[in-house]
Amino acid sequence: MHRKRLAWSLGLCLLAGASLWVLWVSVQNWLPVSYLPYYLPCPEVLSQYPQPKLLLEHRPTELLTLTPWLAPIVSEGTFDPELLQHIYQPLNLTIGVTVFAMGKYTRFVQRFLESAEKFFMRGYRVHYYVFTHDPAAIPRVPLGPGRHLSVIPTQGHSHWEEISMRRMEAISRHIAGRAHGEVDYLFCLDVDMVFRNPWGPETLGDLVAAIHPGYYAVPRQQFPYERRPVSTAFVADGEGDFYYGGAVFGGQLARLYEFTRGCHMAILADKANGIMAAWQEESHLNRRFISHKPSKVLSPEYLWDDRKPQPPSLKLIRFSTLDKDGGWLRN
Amino acid sequence: MALVLVLLGYGILSPGGRMLGSLGAGTAVREPDRLQVVTQSRMAYPQPKVLTPSRTDVLVLTPWLAPIVWEGTFNSDILNVQFQLQNTTVGLTVFAIKKYVVFLKLFLETAEKHFMAGHRVIYYVFTDRPDAVPRVALGPGRRLQVLRARPYARWQDVSMRRMQMLSEAAEQRFLREVDYLVCADVDMQFHDHVGVEILSPLFGTLHPAFYGRPREAFTYERRPQSQAHIPWDEGDFYYMGAFFGGSVPEVQRLTKACHQAMLADRANGIEAVWHDESHLNKYLLYHKPTKVLSPEYMWDQQLLGWPSVLRKLRFVAVPKNHQEIRKSESGGQPTGSPEGAGRAGRAAGN
Repeated sequence: MHRKRLAWSLGLCLLAGASLWVLWVSVQNWLPVSYLPYYLPCPEVLSQYPQPKLLLEHRPTELLTLTPWLAPIVSEGTFDPELLQHIYQPLNLTIGVTVFAMGKYTRFVQRFLESAEKFFMRGYRVHYYVFTHDPAAIPRVPLGPGRHLSVIPTQGHSHWEEISMRRMEAISRHIAGRAHGEVDYLFCLDVDMVFRNPWGPETLGDLVAAIHPGYYAVPRQQFPYERRPVSTAFVADGEGDFYYGGAVFGGQLARLYEFTRGCHMAILADKANGIMAAWQEESHLNRRFISHKPSKVLSPEYLWDDRKPQPPSLKLIRFSTLDKDGGWLRN
Repeated sequence: MALVLVLLGYGILSPGGRMLGSLGAGTAVREPDRLQVVTQSRMAYPQPKVLTPSRTDVLVLTPWLAPIVWEGTFNSDILNVQFQLQNTTVGLTVFAIKKYVVFLKLFLETAEKHFMAGHRVIYYVFTDRPDAVPRVALGPGRRLQVLRARPYARWQDVSMRRMQMLSEAAEQRFLREVDYLVCADVDMQFHDHVGVEILSPLFGTLHPAFYGRPREAFTYERRPQSQAHIPWDEGDFYYMGAFFGGSVPEVQRLTKACHQAMLADRANGIEAVWHDESHLNKYLLYHKPTKVLSPEYMWDQQLLGWPSVLRKLRFVAVPKNHQEIRKSESGGQPTGSPEGAGRAGRAAGN
């Protein structure tokens, strides 16, 4: 009697095990494998594109196109947008964007989003994260297919400097908490700007910085780095590659998390010493980009100031300031 | 009963771990370029100038934004610090089959002088004559591993089977031992600095005879029946089979794909015109490399001189007696050079 029981139980267990195995095998096939390949796979349906010319007959683009650590500096003419589209589209990527619309800055969201819908990562899945203290003030802007918007309620602060400094903390927490399940790459942009021309997958990289429009032709001693040695953002006289703008940075989530968290820690250390860096988080961002060099740099086409006349070396302005008067806004 | 379930569960979990994208939780696989927080210490170097391109005579960025590495485009000090902080180990593979062991001494001695100085290096010498491998003094952090290789009779097979041997060794040992692999021909010598500026997930080198030529002149395999076929209106560059590499997972993928393509060709009774090099070119057309090395990294001074566009000649062909090296062991007909195949003939012919 016992033996029969034993045999039955064993048989049942074996059956259970076998069915579990079958289930696992079938599940294996549709579980999403999150893997971003290193090479850029180029499907066979390649439309013809001109062969790259190695020996230059005439002067090339007037801009530097490679940093000394071999990171590309992206500008018009350095890449083939169609080729990149062929390469990146099949990867089914989702690109995230964070913007902070605090206080009166909510008024910029409409134009930012409308222009982004026209020019930012067309044809890709996009997720906007709008950090604001006033969710009701965020307008409903129609979004294209595969594009979403989330409003993230954020605590306001009395001083705009404080708001600016808290961004690094908010971004790093956001990546850890939410973004890592939703997007592959993330860009952190200022909201008081508009897109004027295409911004595409040429900007994607592990850690991406943009050259500040005010300082690209200036010797490093004149960069507005934090110059007080007591600050964690201190940059000595002979140091520095480019002056990067705090209004545009981004990258692959893991790298970006380390970067923003590092900046946040440095900001906290300064706070404990009762010091605030000359250009708030931009100073800390610049300090960090010297010791953690970006893997890709965007030319000032991707971060322009419309009050400046467009020089001939910049062929296509893609993202620039919205004309506004800064004074009354910061009260 | 519980035991059965437990055992089954265990069996499910091990292949399952491998499936989920990354390279298996159990193996100590090294993943370069990823998730490493690399803090650069303070260093002094000239400021890069946004309005001043580093080279005005050559293309330094491919249309898919991969750097093309020429002298003047990079600062070795910055790059060395970046890679040293990650404790990078580089594997250099070379095949010395039959008479080709004679090239090892110069190859290794010059590599000791110029290849990845200051970084950890493992030389992997594939040979059928382990006793003929010369004893070369190696610097600190550098060692040599001799791997047994099967000597094929036809030189074309010696060349092509390298892909198979590399893909197998990549899986069996390279994954655990090195971060990057550099796969080189042996009948060469290092003449100037070859450093971490070449390292990236996947890189190829411009063939010295074709860097200025239109794509129609590239000696791609043109017959549609071959797996290596590339149509006349396609192609970025013509890459040389004698110097390629990347991260271990990417080189493993490349060599495996090339080997399987060659097997498919063999089953269809066809052999690509430039053997493994044809297949390499096909692979790199559809899997764009993340860095391209200029002909500074693959040159033949005897045949091509020293044009001004090359500020340095880093890795160059060894002047060799073709008659002597091509004589087969039995003293019969010259069979043509395996690992140095075609370079001389094609360069001279163009």
